[in-house]
Amino acid sequence: MSSLNKEKNYILSRRLAWIIAVNLLAFAVLAARLYFLQVYEADKYKMLSDENRISTRFLLAPRGTIYDRNGDVIAKNDQNFQALIIAEQTPDINETLERFKQIVPLSEDEEKKVVSDIKNKRRFIPVKLKDNLSWDEVSAILLHAPDLPGVEITEGLSRKYPMSDLYAHVLGYVGPVSEADRKDNPLYMVPGFKIGKSGLERSMDYKLQGKSGTVKLEVNAYGRVMKEIERDPGEQGDSLTLTVDSRLQKAAYEAFGNHSGAAVVLDVRTGEILAMVSTPAFDPNLFTNGISYKQWNELLNNERSPLIDKAVSGQYSPGSTFKIVVALAALEAGIIDADTRFYCSGSTEIGNIRFHCWNHYGHGSLNVVKALKYSCDIFFYEAALRVGVDKIREMALKLGLGEVLNVGLDNEKGGLIPSKSWKKAKYGTQWAPGDSANTGIGQGYVLVTPMQLVTMLARVVNGGYAVTPTFIKPSKKDLEQIKRLKIARRHIELVKEGMYEVVNGAGGTAKKAKFNLDGVRMGGKTGTTQVRRISIKERRTGVIRDEYLPWKLRNHAWFMGFTPVDNPRYAVAVIVEHGSSGSGVAAPIASKILQEALKLDIK
Amino acid sequence: MTEFGLGRREQSWQEKLAQMSFLYIILIAVLAAIGTVTLYSAGNGDWNPWAVKHLSRFIAAFGVMMTLAFVETKYYYKSAYVFYFISLILLVLVEIGGHVGMGAQRWINFGIFKVQPSELMKIGIVLFLARYFSAATIQGIKSIRGIIIPAVFTLLPVALIAVEPDLGTALMVLCTASVILFAVGVQWWKFAAAIGAVAGILPIVWNFLHEYQKNRVLTFLDPERDPLGTGYHIIQSKIAFGSGGIFGKGFLHGTQTHLNFLPEKHTDFIFTMFSEEFGLIGSLSVLFINLIVLSLGYVFAFRVRNYFARLTIVGLNTNYFLYVFINMAMVMGVLPVVGVPLPLISYGGTVMFSIMASFGIILCMSVCYDERSD
Repeated sequence: MSSLNKEKNYILSRRLAWIIAVNLLAFAVLAARLYFLQVYEADKYKMLSDENRISTRFLLAPRGTIYDRNGDVIAKNDQNFQALIIAEQTPDINETLERFKQIVPLSEDEEKKVVSDIKNKRRFIPVKLKDNLSWDEVSAILLHAPDLPGVEITEGLSRKYPMSDLYAHVLGYVGPVSEADRKDNPLYMVPGFKIGKSGLERSMDYKLQGKSGTVKLEVNAYGRVMKEIERDPGEQGDSLTLTVDSRLQKAAYEAFGNHSGAAVVLDVRTGEILAMVSTPAFDPNLFTNGISYKQWNELLNNERSPLIDKAVSGQYSPGSTFKIVVALAALEAGIIDADTRFYCSGSTEIGNIRFHCWNHYGHGSLNVVKALKYSCDIFFYEAALRVGVDKIREMALKLGLGEVLNVGLDNEKGGLIPSKSWKKAKYGTQWAPGDSANTGIGQGYVLVTPMQLVTMLARVVNGGYAVTPTFIKPSKKDLEQIKRLKIARRHIELVKEGMYEVVNGAGGTAKKAKFNLDGVRMGGKTGTTQVRRISIKERRTGVIRDEYLPWKLRNHAWFMGFTPVDNPRYAVAVIVEHGSSGSGVAAPIASKILQEALKLDIK
Repeated sequence: MTEFGLGRREQSWQEKLAQMSFLYIILIAVLAAIGTVTLYSAGNGDWNPWAVKHLSRFIAAFGVMMTLAFVETKYYYKSAYVFYFISLILLVLVEIGGHVGMGAQRWINFGIFKVQPSELMKIGIVLFLARYFSAATIQGIKSIRGIIIPAVFTLLPVALIAVEPDLGTALMVLCTASVILFAVGVQWWKFAAAIGAVAGILPIVWNFLHEYQKNRVLTFLDPERDPLGTGYHIIQSKIAFGSGGIFGKGFLHGTQTHLNFLPEKHTDFIFTMFSEEFGLIGSLSVLFINLIVLSLGYVFAFRVRNYFARLTIVGLNTNYFLYVFINMAMVMGVLPVVGVPLPLISYGGTVMFSIMASFGIILCMSVCYDERSD
């Protein structure tokens, strides 16, 4: 018995040693695992723990304010009130919603969205009830607050354009980030973030945006915010002062009446854009809070293209306004001088094709000044043929045509100044004398934008200084660096004299638009460009008068003008789409704008 | 020898008390205090809902422990089989009740208190086997026939617990019984054969499983297969451990737990919570205190000469070891999550009372010096 127990106890003790060894080993494994997790891999898990608990949210920076040259606000940020509902703070969500609807009506779609948002989101996450509340609505909600448990008002910022459609094409508009805009900027993913979608809002976006702030929040496993850890408020975007003058802008916009077209006014000494309009326009405020499908379609399908900025994107044949370029090219090349005369019989034969003057009775013999005054086509056919397209092109490019000017707007077009090689590459055919003739009167292949045309005019009338149009006031240094083009002053004086005669001379094409404000007068040049081709048959039977044609087929009307004649400061280019007549429609608009510019005390 | 042979008279309670390990009792109280403090934090710095209840349960269970420590050793010997069979019958009742109640059932309600028979069985199987092997001869132990009875009486409750289903407890009972069989001297090769047999059957069973059952088993073995379900718990637990670092985030400052990323922070995952707030220093300390408690148990097992007492201590100590090891290993991602709490620290009455009862029995056995058979 005792020996049996002794032996059993002996076996037990020996086996116990094994058991203890296994226990120790197991605890060693636990200790090693603890070391591995809490020391070796600690950094990794600390990061994961922070990722769990810290949620970084962006605080959207207010966009920079935009002012006109007089300091009037033309784009700003408005307080925008939103009503939110937090489901867990309201005992009966349906009842609260009903009561809210009695104060602020919700459309069926809005209500549907609210109900589905409440269902899909966690109960403590605020759901948007209604955006852009008016002051009255806000105060009504606050008054009924006791009946609306869980309803909160929050304040956001939304872009506001106080002059509504006046600056539609200059400023453009802001809108939510679309898939196409999305680069690698994480900010662009933030709901509510708006970027400039067109106009200066877009090209100056990098300055206007400012620096977004961040707020680090501690959240629990269900996403509820427990506390704020850190806040960086960010910085408001830089404000911007433009060169435009709202008074002039308004005058220009209103001068168009119901016409579709564009006008640009420059300060010829600096290139500052004092006004730029494109009509019809639209209200950019519509875009800030999401434009409705119907409104968008209306804008998109309007045959007068309100969304397109005709001042920089509209490319038109310059027509007779281009005669200034041709005249300067011919003068500079020495092909003609002040006294060179060509004879106009009303038409001429060029390479077996008959080319007509607009005045089929003919102008007789005339020099360059008279040719400009009467806008004689025959003179410029002749001049163009003699000087050649390459010299014309060279002059055109010097004066700012044929290339994008980069004023910072969307879809800015470069126009077209043809050359022999261009035609060969484009159509595979040789440059014909008829092409030169057409170029001579600004028809054919030549295309310019109103912005380019006014730049050309400014460079001529300021005495040949290569100013560039800009919305941002150039510095003194910028101004000193403006180059003088190699164009003889006497040649410039000749074309200026021609343009003076156009408006002020007896029988000038724009004599109806002339004005005399205390001796200050306007010079300029008309242009009427065909939209359709006039057939030989029609020539024979008599050209159909424009007013009998449908709007879309009527001629475009141009006028470019400058004032004062002696010491020019303002230049304007006006295009009236299908306006029929440069002298009859475009010139009076330009005249009104320039008179307004003179009356204003533009600093 | 069939009687519980006593060489001498039973000692008086004063004599027993004088011989008991105060260190053992103090360390148990320290662990319960750590549990209370951690539950205070789990309640977001509040005594409610867990900490105060935990502490009062411990005080009650402490009474149970001390009472059991002074019961005469021979009564454990005498009642061993009865206790086992009562536990077994309750397990069967639970099984029937579970079927009636259409669901997993682990409890029997006695009105004023509930009993979890599987917890009783953890002690019952130890007493049963300790008594059985006290009476066995060496030849009996080493023969095949000699281990058929203990094997049957082990597998019966294991199977009942496993179908509850409570796989964790079933495996713990099986392991405890296996360790006792090992301790009494059952040959190594028999364990090897048993393991070999199980390993041989498993692939066959595996082939019979449906795809969804296989997936369930695989996810059980590797929770990170399912990062949003079971895997989520273990991933968050590891983050809590790791982010605690060496010094911890500080009392009441565990972000993983206080922000609810960690599930079951007051029960199975309490060690995670403690380790997040107190770091490696805290977690190693708890591990170390448990090691001392276990080691003291083994010291008792060496010191005592009575075979029944020694075997009982080994069995109960093994049971405690399994609790601690499985719980810590599972929250650290070493073992699959099987739902085993950390005794004295996790919130929960059943485990508190059953583990304190087993500490009481160990204490009782630890002063059973002169109960040698000479």
